[in-house]
Amino acid sequence: MEQITITSAQYIAEDGANTSIRATIDGQELFVPLDPANRHYAEIMRQVEAGTLTIQEAE
Amino acid sequence: MSKARQLADLGNVYDDGALSNRNLIINGAMQVVQRGDQTGVIANGTYFVDRFFYSGVDEGTWSLSQSTDVPSGSGFSKSAKMEITTADSSIDAPDYAQLRYKVENQDIKHILKGTSDAKQLTLSFWVKSSLAQEFKFRIRDNYSSTTRQIIKSYTVASANTWQKVTMTFDGDTGGDDFSGSTDTDGNITLEWMLGGGTNFQGGTASGSWEDFDQTKYDATDTFLTTVNSTFYITGVQLEVGDTATPFEHRSYGDELARCQRYYVFVERGRGSARGSATGASQNAYSHCLPVEMRAVPTCSIYSVGRSGCSFEQFVNLNKQHVGVNVNVTSTSYWFFNDGYTADAEL
Repeated sequence: MEQITITSAQYIAEDGANTSIRATIDGQELFVPLDPANRHYAEIMRQVEAGTLTIQEAE
Repeated sequence: MSKARQLADLGNVYDDGALSNRNLIINGAMQVVQRGDQTGVIANGTYFVDRFFYSGVDEGTWSLSQSTDVPSGSGFSKSAKMEITTADSSIDAPDYAQLRYKVENQDIKHILKGTSDAKQLTLSFWVKSSLAQEFKFRIRDNYSSTTRQIIKSYTVASANTWQKVTMTFDGDTGGDDFSGSTDTDGNITLEWMLGGGTNFQGGTASGSWEDFDQTKYDATDTFLTTVNSTFYITGVQLEVGDTATPFEHRSYGDELARCQRYYVFVERGRGSARGSATGASQNAYSHCLPVEMRAVPTCSIYSVGRSGCSFEQFVNLNKQHVGVNVNVTSTSYWFFNDGYTADAEL
C-alpha cells in the first residue's frame, strides 16, 4: 500500500483475546482489525517485521 | 457516427462479452465523495472522490475536490479536481504526484492477464488541465513476481478545455497468470501521472507490457512547479476489448453501494440510556454495514455529540458489522451520537 506514518499501536483485547489494534496513523486514531486483507493491518505488520514499529500489549 | 459504425461497435462489444456492466471502474463519473474535499499537505494514499486517491511525494499543498466543472453535453454532472495551491519550488528526484485507482482482483480476472489468451483493455475518460502538455498514464501489475507496467501518453491539446481521451492496451501475455491472485487483493493499479522528478525521467516506454521501470514515465515536473495548475477528470471507463463504448452511466445509489464495499461513512450513530451505573462500559450502538465490505474495516469515530459518556473502543468488527462501546459517566442519562468511518480500501 501507499506509505503511511504509524506513530503508536496497542492491542485491544476482549475477553482476554486480542481483537484489534488502536493505532495512530497519519495523525488519526484508528481501530485496525486483525485481518490480513486490511491494508492498515498489513502495513502495521510490515513495519513490525521491519523492526520499525512495536505493538504494545493490551491494557 | 453512422448506424453501421454503431452496429459494428456493438458487435465488437458483444464479442468481448460485455453488453452490460462493461465499466470495470467504480465511480467513474465521480458522483460519490463520502470523505469530502481534501486540502493542504496531502498524505500519500489520500482518497477524495470515492475509489480515486492521490499518490505522491512532494512539498506542495493541494486542493483535491469534487467539482461541477464538466464537459458540456456529456451528461456528466461531477468531476474530480486536483489543484496545486502551493507549488513545490524545488523538485527532488523522488518527488511525484499521481491520481490512482485500484481494481479488486476478482473483478478483472476475466481479462486472462498472464496467459496466451490475454484480452485487450480500452480506457476512456474526459480530461481538462490548465497545462497544455503531454501526460502519461500507466497500468501497473504488482502481482507478477516481476512487477509489470504498460505506459501510454496523451496530450492535452488546449489548456482549460475538456477533451476525451481513449487508449487501448494490449493483453499481457507475459508476467504471472493472474488467475492465481487473491480475489480480494488489488494488484492492478491505474495511474494518471501529473509530474515527477528525475527518478521518473529519462526512460522510453515501449507502449507495450514490460518490466517495471519508473524512468519510462519520462514525466515533466511542470505541473508540480506551477502554482494553481489544475487537472480535472471524469467519465473514466475501463472495458474489455479494443473499443471505447459510450460511458455506462449508473445510478447514484448503485455507485454508492459499490463504493461502500471499500469505504462507509455514517454521520450519526445513536446510543442512550437512563439510570446507568457510572463507570460501566456499555454498547452504544451496533450497526449492520450497508453492504458486505471487501475486508474487515479499519474504523474511526466521526464526532457529532455525546453527553454523560466517553468513547471507549470499537468492538465486534467484521465485514458486515461495527459496534461501539462507551464508558458511562452519568448516573442519570447518557447519549452517544457520534458516527464513524469504516475503511476497507485496497
